[in-house]
Amino acid sequence: MDETTPPSHSISLTREQLDAIRDHATRTYPEECCGILIGQLDWAASAAVVHRLIAASNTREDSARHNRYLIEPETILAAQRDADREGRAIIGYYHSHPDHPSEPSDFDREYAWPDLSYLIVSVRGGEVADQRSWRLRDDRSAFDQEAIHTSPSRSQREVVS
Amino acid sequence: MSVQIQIPTPLRRFTGEQAEVVVEASTVGEAMKALVTDHQQLEPHLFSPEGTLRTFVNVFLNDEDVRYLEREATAVEDGDTLAIIPSIAGGVGQ
Repeated sequence: MDETTPPSHSISLTREQLDAIRDHATRTYPEECCGILIGQLDWAASAAVVHRLIAASNTREDSARHNRYLIEPETILAAQRDADREGRAIIGYYHSHPDHPSEPSDFDREYAWPDLSYLIVSVRGGEVADQRSWRLRDDRSAFDQEAIHTSPSRSQREVVS
Repeated sequence: MSVQIQIPTPLRRFTGEQAEVVVEASTVGEAMKALVTDHQQLEPHLFSPEGTLRTFVNVFLNDEDVRYLEREATAVEDGDTLAIIPSIAGGVGQ
């Protein structure tokens, strides 16, 4: 984590989408929640725009310590195919950290690819504490924080674009 | 055998923006090795430093997860398609 460098990447989503993610995180507390961010990435500007969310049902089994999938690969394959057909892509994932900061863990770093946004919601005592979004460096050494931009509503976004 | 590998969007930067890469291989493992030999910047994102596929990297052969076949030893045939899919796991505090 490098918190001294200003974020050069960004992710944009509507207020409703962010609220939906925060609601998902509090609803599943004290378990983790997870979901897929579908949208578009402006490669030149490193600006990701979320068009829709897929809230994943938690498939984790508490006993499966070494296989703690929050989203099964089959679900991701289907989401990727759907996004392809829409001319969009999986641009990132969100998940919650119950009673932990909204910083990626070493485990998160092992499970990440560059250019994807990893939005993490910290939930403490059942309430959202904060959320931050992260991108993995190309050398996999660390995540950098990216700016989160929220727009008031989807309709306003569609007018702008 | 000529095998087509579908590259996930975030990794296309490492394949010269190619969405699909064709490699010659007789097993899934050989195909994945051939992919990172041709596109070396992909290697750290698909393989661990020990040279095995990363735990979260799943390979689907014609829509079937190779975990349920013979994993990297699964034989491939001419015209087969491989898809690379991440899995998302929880890991607070690890």
